[in-house]
Amino acid sequence: MSSNALLATASVLPFAGAVLVGALPSRARNAAAALTGLVTLICLGCILALTSQLSAGGRVVHTVEWLPSLGVNLVLRLDGLAWLFAVLVLAIGTLVVLYARYYMAAADPVPRLFSYFLAFVGAMLGIVLAGNLIQLVLFWELTSIVSFLLIGYWYDNAAARDGARMSLTITAAGGLCLLVGTILIGRIVGSYDLDTVLASGDTIRNSPLYLPTLVLVLAGALTKSAQFPFHIWLPRAMAAPTPISAYLHSATMVKAGIFLMIRLWPVLSGTESWYWIVGGLGMATLLIGSWSAIFQHDLKGLLAYSTISHLGLITLLLGLDSPLAVVAAIFHTVNHATFKASLFMAVGIIDHETGTRDMRRLSGLWRAMPYTGTLAMVAAAAMAGVPLLNGFLSKEMFLSEAVDNIDDHPLHYALPVLATLASAFTMLYSLRFIRQTFFGRPPHDLPHTPHEPVRWMRIPIEMLVLACIAIGLVPNLTIGPALERAVQAVFGAASPSYSLAIWHGFNAPLALSMIALFGGVALYFLFGRRINTNPRGGPWLMDRLDGGWLFERTMTGLTVGARWLERVAGAERLQAQLRILFLTALVASLGVGVIRGFALPVAVHQTGFDPAFALMWIVGAACAVGAAERAKYHRLTATIFVGGAGLVSSLTFLWLSAPDLAVTQILVEIVTTVLLLLGLRWLPKRDADIPAPASERARARRRRLMDLGIAAAVGLGMAGLAYAVMTRPAGDGIARWFVEEAYPKAGGRNVVNVLLVDFRAFDTLGEISVLGVVGLTVFALLRRFRPAPDSLERPKQQHHHDAYDRAREGRKPGDTTADAMLVPQVVMTWLFPFIVLLCLHLFLRGHDLPGGGFAAGIALTIGFTLQYMAHGAQWVEERLRIQPISWIGLGLLISVLTGAASWLFGRPFLTTYFAYWELPLVGKIPAASALLFDLGIMVLVVGASALMLVALAHQSLRRTRSAEAEAERIEERETA
Amino acid sequence: MEIVLSIGIGLFAASGVWLMLRPRTFQVALGLSLLSYSVNLFIFAMGRLTVGAPPVLGKGAEVVSVDDPVPQALVLTALVISFALTALFLVVLLAARGVTGNDHVDGREPHEAEPHPGNPHP
Repeated sequence: MSSNALLATASVLPFAGAVLVGALPSRARNAAAALTGLVTLICLGCILALTSQLSAGGRVVHTVEWLPSLGVNLVLRLDGLAWLFAVLVLAIGTLVVLYARYYMAAADPVPRLFSYFLAFVGAMLGIVLAGNLIQLVLFWELTSIVSFLLIGYWYDNAAARDGARMSLTITAAGGLCLLVGTILIGRIVGSYDLDTVLASGDTIRNSPLYLPTLVLVLAGALTKSAQFPFHIWLPRAMAAPTPISAYLHSATMVKAGIFLMIRLWPVLSGTESWYWIVGGLGMATLLIGSWSAIFQHDLKGLLAYSTISHLGLITLLLGLDSPLAVVAAIFHTVNHATFKASLFMAVGIIDHETGTRDMRRLSGLWRAMPYTGTLAMVAAAAMAGVPLLNGFLSKEMFLSEAVDNIDDHPLHYALPVLATLASAFTMLYSLRFIRQTFFGRPPHDLPHTPHEPVRWMRIPIEMLVLACIAIGLVPNLTIGPALERAVQAVFGAASPSYSLAIWHGFNAPLALSMIALFGGVALYFLFGRRINTNPRGGPWLMDRLDGGWLFERTMTGLTVGARWLERVAGAERLQAQLRILFLTALVASLGVGVIRGFALPVAVHQTGFDPAFALMWIVGAACAVGAAERAKYHRLTATIFVGGAGLVSSLTFLWLSAPDLAVTQILVEIVTTVLLLLGLRWLPKRDADIPAPASERARARRRRLMDLGIAAAVGLGMAGLAYAVMTRPAGDGIARWFVEEAYPKAGGRNVVNVLLVDFRAFDTLGEISVLGVVGLTVFALLRRFRPAPDSLERPKQQHHHDAYDRAREGRKPGDTTADAMLVPQVVMTWLFPFIVLLCLHLFLRGHDLPGGGFAAGIALTIGFTLQYMAHGAQWVEERLRIQPISWIGLGLLISVLTGAASWLFGRPFLTTYFAYWELPLVGKIPAASALLFDLGIMVLVVGASALMLVALAHQSLRRTRSAEAEAERIEERETA
Repeated sequence: MEIVLSIGIGLFAASGVWLMLRPRTFQVALGLSLLSYSVNLFIFAMGRLTVGAPPVLGKGAEVVSVDDPVPQALVLTALVISFALTALFLVVLLAARGVTGNDHVDGREPHEAEPHPGNPHP
């Protein structure tokens, strides 16, 4: 496979696997684990296969166009640093899968866990392989979301839910900050491409926006890597299944924050603010984490705080502003991942086999599980920084950086002291963990009798511990090349030289390291007992400061505040809401006037006054005001008035050179009126004679006066604005271009139609989709329609007619109604073919003359409507040749396929082709692909509007049937 | 012409807004219709008024001075959307009427008991 294909496979496969595994039945744990393991192994293989291309700072970049107009592309970019993190993510991921297979109980729905797991792997790979900052942020947020699902996997456990919620709240909020920070970087550099950004370090550091950018980016990185004061989510995330904790808190989630800081180190570091924020918070986290870890009784809690402290250490190294410290940080990231993952797994085994994680209850497990004990001991020794293990090497580098950092600044002297202190704390809690769990009196009174776990469960730990030892003994042979590549990727030509030897001679770092080791042992023997019986529970000095409580208080405060805001500024009733809306619009438009000033160029543009036009508008105005006045008690009249108003606006369009609008408006008007008329009968009777309650009258009066004021203000504003604009000369718009290019570019002479089906066809596609969706929604709503009981009564006239029919021999009920419609029936039936012809005419001429697919579709619908009016719903439904729902789909399909066809010719979506064909008899006809697009519009419009009409008209049918059944029952009862 | 049309737009808008602020659903439906007429005319008027020069080119397709086609195309889209909106609103109001038994925009008569928060239909 090519390198591009390998990269693409590694980034896509986890997500595909997640979907696949998620679809497995919930008992299929072997299949789920095998599939998940296979996916991670394949991805690992892909990444490893690319190793040879990364030597000497090389990288593999694969670009896919995404939003080229915004300069945002999907870029998969693998360099040495990304390689190192990707291998960590995938290798430890594979081990975690094996471990989880045996850790999870048979009753757990394991495929769900593995599905989330794979999604998480995909998101992590997305972060490390991102060659574009926006892409990185996207996957960053995805890890927050998926880790929420993973931590809350046992969702019936309240602690898991709370932990998941807190981690999501904190890391996703950080992610939003990161997004803003990224956008700021994009603004400063002018590109989101990682290579461009990495090359613009000086531009960013010298920008006035540097500080906000730094703070926002760090807000993302530090929340993710659980740095003080955001570290509170990590201990609570321990409610996740242990394999997940082992994964999230060793190699992945928290390391994403570290990764980002290393990635952007070349562009963001090197300033005072970076030094103090990153270094300061790292130091604080290191101390607080290791101090708190000492006082944990829960094994996972201990590991959680230890993770926080090690993350603090790495962050502190990154803050030190020296390339060698960055090398140490990368190295420690790898080491921490190996020993912490194995420790989490060992703790999981202890929990699994004994039933408890409380260090005060555990003891002497060495006797029952010597093998696991040995593994845990080696890993804990690596964590504590015992020589010959990997933790020692990176800690040595850390201490030597702390010593080297001493310069003229007096505060810098504190650094080696604090670093040694934190190392001693690490030794203390590592020793406490091992000694209290595996040594001492024999285990007793445990929920289960401890014994070694199944062979397969130990293999992942064995491999990780082996890595700890191998790296510790022969670093140059194991981690050396990978570290070298990662360092090259960060620093390029300016890479620092460093030595990975395990022996640097007797020097200050070694001395400090020894002080820390022996100091930690001494501290344990001095305070071990008191820590176990710690009466105050939490860590000394720190137990008053409960971050969780602060977090909950903040969240509660936010909720209460939101409720208060809703109570003060919200309105539950529609009328109040609309009033606010209109008033806001008024104030906003007046505000613009006040700020910008009302000065306008002098009125020059006037069209000659025409009395006929004025007369027409007198009628229009009367219709509008009449509709407003009649709408409450005389709905039919009001509907007619609104129709009149529509007619006047249609005529106005015609008058003022917009024949397309006029045609469409009048056709739409007809269909709308029919729909309104069909709806009228389902509304309750409203009688002017029914008095309103006395208590309401005064309020109603006030309300009406206020509404009248708002309406008048809106009307005046609209009128004034319209007049002001219309009488000023038009600027040079884009109109001229459209008029000039309509024929040469699109082969149409009707510019409006060309605009709709060619230049702005994508808009039109959206618009007809809306129409289709509305048609379906109407249909769906009416399927469950239940009319109110008081509108079930048939109209008076129908009763009248039926009574007449019943009273006479040889007549069935309904005959009179049918007779009354006889003449219109004949006329309307005969009209139908002509309407179809009109529809075709409108459709075909659309490109050159007023008309078009939309008007044609509506015209055809009117044809159907006429049949309804003449024959009734049942008659038409039996004969209806179109299936409205299929037509909606068909229309959309035609339009989309027409658009897509241009891809075949290598053109963008919806590019039109046109030509004129000479046909015998008919003559020259236009043949533009836009015509096909227009056909799609027509078919969809017919489908959607016919669907609405059928659905509405059908209601009367359904009701009649039930009424007929009722009538039959009455008849039967009478004859009986 | 301009003065007539702008007064007309204003009157349509005022009637529409007035109706939209009424408590009965059918009034709101008609109000929505009127307001969209007004807004459509308003957008159309932004292209200035031209009499007798539709943006349809002659046989030879020679470019002449015609009315601005852009607002026309926008309004044509708006017409379709407001048709869809009216139809949808009509059906929603019918369904609401069937469910709640009245035609008030809030689904209950104003003098009925205030609803408990979280339960709009006591």
